Amino acid sequence: MATSQANVFTVVSKFYDEYVTTTPQRLKIIDAYLAYIMLTGIFQFGYCLLVGTFPFNSFLSGFISCVASFVLGVCLRVQVNPQNRKDFLHISPERAFADFVFAHIILHLVVMNFIG
Amino acid sequence: MTVSGLQGKLSSTCPKTCPILPNLQKSKSKACCKRKTENKHPGCDRRPPASANTTYQDPPPKSRTIKMSTAVRGKLPWPLKMSYDKQDTLLKLFVLSIAAVLSFSTRLFSVLRFESVIHEFDPYFNYRTTWFLTEEGFYSFHNWFDDRAWYPLGRIIGGTIYPGLMVTSATLYHVLHFFNITIDIRNVCVFLAPLFSSLTTLVTYHLTKELKDVSSGLVAAAMIAAVPGYISRSVAGSYDNEGIAIFCMLLTYLLWIKAVKTGSLFWGAMCALAYFYMVSSWGGYVFLINLIPLHVLALMATGRFSHRIYVAYSAVYSLGTLLSMQISFVGFQPVQSSEHMAALGVFGLCQIHSFIDYLRAKLSKEYFEILFRTMALFVGTAVTGVGAVLMASGSILQLRCLNVSEHQPTTWSSFYCDLQMLVFMFPVGLYYCFCRLTDANIFIVIYGITSIYFAGVMVRLMLVLAPVMCILSGIGVSGILSTYMKNLDISKVQKKTKKTENYPIKNEVASVVIMMMSLFLITYTFHCTWVTSEAYSSPSIVLSARGGDGSRIIFDDFREAYYWLRHNTPEDAKVMSWWDYGYQITAMANRTILVDNNTWNNTHISRVGQAMASSEEHAYEIMRELDVNYVLVIFGGLTGYSSD
Repeated sequence: MATSQANVFTVVSKFYDEYVTTTPQRLKIIDAYLAYIMLTGIFQFGYCLLVGTFPFNSFLSGFISCVASFVLGVCLRVQVNPQNRKDFLHISPERAFADFVFAHIILHLVVMNFIG
Repeated sequence: MTVSGLQGKLSSTCPKTCPILPNLQKSKSKACCKRKTENKHPGCDRRPPASANTTYQDPPPKSRTIKMSTAVRGKLPWPLKMSYDKQDTLLKLFVLSIAAVLSFSTRLFSVLRFESVIHEFDPYFNYRTTWFLTEEGFYSFHNWFDDRAWYPLGRIIGGTIYPGLMVTSATLYHVLHFFNITIDIRNVCVFLAPLFSSLTTLVTYHLTKELKDVSSGLVAAAMIAAVPGYISRSVAGSYDNEGIAIFCMLLTYLLWIKAVKTGSLFWGAMCALAYFYMVSSWGGYVFLINLIPLHVLALMATGRFSHRIYVAYSAVYSLGTLLSMQISFVGFQPVQSSEHMAALGVFGLCQIHSFIDYLRAKLSKEYFEILFRTMALFVGTAVTGVGAVLMASGSILQLRCLNVSEHQPTTWSSFYCDLQMLVFMFPVGLYYCFCRLTDANIFIVIYGITSIYFAGVMVRLMLVLAPVMCILSGIGVSGILSTYMKNLDISKVQKKTKKTENYPIKNEVASVVIMMMSLFLITYTFHCTWVTSEAYSSPSIVLSARGGDGSRIIFDDFREAYYWLRHNTPEDAKVMSWWDYGYQITAMANRTILVDNNTWNNTHISRVGQAMASSEEHAYEIMRELDVNYVLVIFGGLTGYSSD
C-alpha cells in the first residue's frame, strides 16, 4: 500500500510537470479561471451547509451560476484546444469565444432574475 | 462565343479529372470546361466542397443530367429553364407551403360548420386567463388570485398554470394590434392552434432534414400536416396547451440535434431557450428532460461519446434547468423531484467521463490505472456518504405513484384510426435509420421506442407519438421511393448503363412498388381528412342533430343558459353545478362558482356531490352552508344527450 501511495504522488507530480510544460498559454488561463470558479462554488456550498438553505432560490441561483460558468468554461477550453480540431471543424476559436459570451449573457440574465 | 470556340480556348486549363468529384469518369470531366464557371460540373452544384462535411458523413446525392442543346432548352416552360439549384429550391418551397396551408385548413371544419367558438371545457379556462392577461398586463396575471372560483377557497392562478400558451396568444394579439390589425382575442385564441400546426410542419421538415435528407423532410412535413393523432388536440377552437407544446417540443429536438451535430455552444444555448419555452407551455416537458439524457446515455453506451456531445449536453442541462425553474408552477422540482434526477445523474456522468478521457489522453497506462483506483475509492466513499445523508433527509428518492385511472390504455383500433399508414411505415423508417446509424439517428430511434411505450399506456399520449411516427415514416417512404425510382426506365439514355442486372423486369417491379406507395399515400390523406371531419371537429358546446325531415337542428342550450345567468343574476351570485361546467360558467356567465375542472380539492367536490345526491331538505341545508344562490343542472334526456 505504501508503494502504491508513493506512486500516486509521483503520478500526480509527473502529471503536474507535464501539464506545466506542454499546455499552451491560452488553456492555462482558462484553467486558472476554472479553478477560481470551482473555489467560489465550494465556498457557496459550504456557506449553505453552515447557514441553511433559506432563501432556496438565491442559493440555487448562485450555486447553479458557479456550476454553469464552470461547465461553459470547460466547453470553451475543449473547443479552443488545438488537439480537438477534428471534432470541431466549423468552429474557430473566435466563434467558440463568441458562443461562450452568448451563453453567458443568457446565464446571467436568468441568474439575475432568479436570485430574488 | 460558340461552345466549340470556348472549348478550344480553355482546353489547356481543362482538368483531367473533376476537381470536386475526383472519382468521376475521365470522359465526363471535360464537361467541366463547357460551363463558364469551374464549379458547374454535373452534380457539382448540388454538393458542397468535400472539406466541409467530414463530420456529417452524408453521401453525395446522385444526379442525372439530361444533355440538351440550347435551342431545345429555350422552348421549355419557365420552371425547367432555371438551374438545378433554383428548381430544387422552388420545389421545396412549393411542397412546404402547400403542407403548411393544408395543416391550417384541415383544422377548420368546426369553424366552417358552426362558428369560431372555443371548444370543450379546459380551453375556456385558458381563454379566460388569456383575456385577463391582455386586459390587466403581465404583473397582475403573474400575481393573480382568483376569488371567483372554488368559493370560498379561491385559487392562486398565477402559480398553478403553465403560462406559455397565454403569453404566446397575448403577444400575438398585441403585435397584431400594433399594426392595426384588430383581431379579437377570441379569434386569436381559436386560430392559434392551427397557426402553430403550420409552424410545426416547417419544424418537422427541418428536423427530418437534419436526421436524414431533404426528401425525407418533405415527406414527413406532408404527413404531419394531416395526421389525426396531432389534429385531435389542435383543431381550431381547441385552445389547449398541447396546441403549442408539440411545436415547442419539436423545436427543442431540432436545436438539440443541431447542437449534437455541430458541438457548438450557440446551438446548445438556443436549445436551452427552446426548452424553456417548452417548460412554460406543457407539463409534458418531463418527457424531454428524460429523453435527452437517455440519448446521451445511449451514445455513451455505444462508444460515441465525444467532445461535441459533452458541450451540447452540458450547455443544455445547466442553462435549461436554471431556465425551467423560472416558471412558478415548476418551482424547485428540477433539483428535488425524482423525475428530474436522471438528467442530473447523466450530467454528472458526462463530467466524469470527460475528465477520465482527458486523464487517459495525458497519462501513460499504468500511471492512469493507479490514479484511477485511488480516485475511484475516494469519489465512491464521498458519493455514498452524500447519498446516505440525502436519503436520510428523505428529500430526493420519493417515487410517486401516478394515478392514471382517468386515462385508459390505447386500443389497436385507436392506433390505426389516429395514424393509419404510419403504423406500418414506422418499422421501415427504423430499418433505414439502423442502416446508417449516426448520433442523430440514435436519438430518433430512442424517441420512437419510448413514445410507442407511453402511447400504449395512455390514449392521451398518442399526441406525443404522432410526430415521431411522421418523421420515421417520412424516412421510410422516402427511402423506398428513392430506391425504386432509380430503377425506372423513363428515358432511353438509361438503357446504355453498364450496371449488371440484379434481377429481371426491374422496371416493372419498380413501377408497381411506386404505384403502391402512391396508393398508400392517397388513402392516408383520405382517411386523415375523414377522421378529422367526423371524429375530432366537434365543439362540444354547440350540438347539432338532424330533424325528421333532414334539416339541421342546432342545440345552443349551454350558451343560452350561461348568458341567462350573465344577464339575469346579480354580480356576486354563487352558482353550484358539477365540476365539468365550472370553467365554462366562469368564462361565459362570469359568476362565482364552487368547483371547477381543476379538481384540486376533492373534499369540496364531495360536498357538492353530497348536496346533489341528497333529499331536498338535506340538500337545502348544505347549500345554505355553502352560500349558494343558483344551481345549474344538465338534463339530456329529451334530446338523447350522450353524456347524460
